[in-house]
Amino acid sequence: MHKDKENWKLLIEINQDKCDFCGCCVGVCPEDAIELKEAQIGIIESECTNCSKCVWSCPVEAIKFNKDELKKQTVVMDI
Amino acid sequence: MKENYDVIVVGAGPAGSMAARFAAEKGVSVLMLEKDRDVGYPVRCGEAVSKTSLEKFITPDERWINARTNKLSFIAPNDKEVTIEFKETAYILERRIFDYELAKTAVAKGAEVLTRAYVNGLLFADGKVSGVKYEHRGEQKNASAKIVIAADGVESRVGRWAGLKTCVDFREMESCYQVTATGLELNDETCYFYFGRETAPEGYLWVFPKGNNSANIGIGISGLSGKKKSAQKYLDEFLAKKYPGVSALTAIAGGVPCSITLEKLTAPGIMLAGDAARQVNPLSGGGIASGMTGGSIAGRIAAEAIKKNDLTYISSYENEWREKVGKRHEIYDRIKNGIYGFKDEKFNSLAESFLKVPFEKRSLNQLFKAALINNPGLLLDIAKVFIGR
Ligand SMILES: Cc1cc2nc3c(=O)[nH]c(=O)nc-3n(C[C@H](O)[C@H](O)[C@H](O)COP(=O)(O)OP(=O)(O)OC[C@H]3O[C@@H](n4cnc5c(N)ncnc54)[C@H](O)[C@@H]3O)c2cc1C
Ligand code: SF4
Ligand code: SF4
Repeated sequence: MHKDKENWKLLIEINQDKCDFCGCCVGVCPEDAIELKEAQIGIIESECTNCSKCVWSCPVEAIKFNKDELKKQTVVMDI
Repeated sequence: MKENYDVIVVGAGPAGSMAARFAAEKGVSVLMLEKDRDVGYPVRCGEAVSKTSLEKFITPDERWINARTNKLSFIAPNDKEVTIEFKETAYILERRIFDYELAKTAVAKGAEVLTRAYVNGLLFADGKVSGVKYEHRGEQKNASAKIVIAADGVESRVGRWAGLKTCVDFREMESCYQVTATGLELNDETCYFYFGRETAPEGYLWVFPKGNNSANIGIGISGLSGKKKSAQKYLDEFLAKKYPGVSALTAIAGGVPCSITLEKLTAPGIMLAGDAARQVNPLSGGGIASGMTGGSIAGRIAAEAIKKNDLTYISSYENEWREKVGKRHEIYDRIKNGIYGFKDEKFNSLAESFLKVPFEKRSLNQLFKAALINNPGLLLDIAKVFIGR
């Protein structure tokens, strides 16, 4: 997927305290943008496209799409 | 620990252990790497497996069999319950011990195992995969192999690094949550399945008895349904309604890829097995037996390729899998998609019509026959599997 590098911002956040390290999100990520060790998880920012498939698949709502951040960004871009 | 092996297996689940065992059995050197501290833990599984499939690989042992079930109970959205006698036994396992014992059978054949070994990259040489990079207790290491078997489960990334497309469409990923609850009054011979939009959209909710008043109570819903409400929320609501105040001794999340098997299971120097290859039965979500089957074929063929000194031979794995299991999964997948489309009324009317059949005459085939009267579109596919033979 094409990413406009300058304006692009990571809007996906994983809450480590909620996460169960089950790997469901890793399996659906089209970009191979999630790294999962035994009990450590992180988004590989350079690969992620904010597509949100991981958010919808997480059984315990440990991943969020940051809407507030998106709103802030939209304002900036409107100017 | 050596730095050179004939075969390196990534992941010590049922598929990995069988791959390691069937390769080692043929006399090649095998290393199995597992990222977790323990083989078999944490358990992300309902632990149900058919007796016949299991016994192809290991002799049943009371230490890892919690219950023997021979009845299936389907509960429709309107609470109508249809119970049928299953022709064979389904074991409910204690996978914490079972996976461990499976890994031991691989070691008994000569395979080496290393836990806390997180594979984070592949090595390439001469246009093929030639080994793995891994982190072991904070140290980065390399190990080379003629063939790498990636049995790294639902979260598989290893295949991707070799250019294989292992990503699961989120609509085909069952997003799961399960508790192992105790203090329940249950019939230990019955596995319960709940269906319906409100209970488990595009999936089902299960209650599998584990003996001693305990059970695995879990749910799987499609990633698409998870957009509205998470698996955990659905299960919490069910528990509050059906088993209020129950104590959960374990609670886990998980994902089950419910799709047909990947088209390509091999690339030069690498093979995929188990959940990583998407070898789960897409209708039931069961992947223990099919993962063991996939792993055993992969392990044997890897060893044969090495003995023949012809590594291109590994591509015969794709055909063998498809002939033995894959084709059947393609039909199951179409049935699953048909059932996903069922409205609650359809489940209800199905249960009602089925309840008219006397208990002794009820069978899984009969149930599917009833399902197809309700949905003629499914007729052809189901007929092939259940009636044609
Ligand atoms: C909630 C739930 C309920 C289920 N219920 C059932 C059921 O009742 N019956 C049934 O048959 N199936 C069930 N399944 C499916 C079943 O659990 C899996 O299909 C089965 O475990 C697959 O085996 P596997 O060996 O392919 O993968 P796994 O058992 O997942 O093993 C993969 C291993 O690879 C390791 N690994 C991953 N990445 C790396 C890496 N980079 N480096 C090193 N190691 C790595 C993991 O830690 C893991 O131990 C269920 C699944 C879930 C989530
Ligand atoms: S799906 Fe959710 S719980 Fe599972 S590893 Fe991803 S963020 Fe964690
Ligand atoms: S938002 Fe999409 S690309 Fe980013 S981590 Fe999630 S699934 Fe992967």
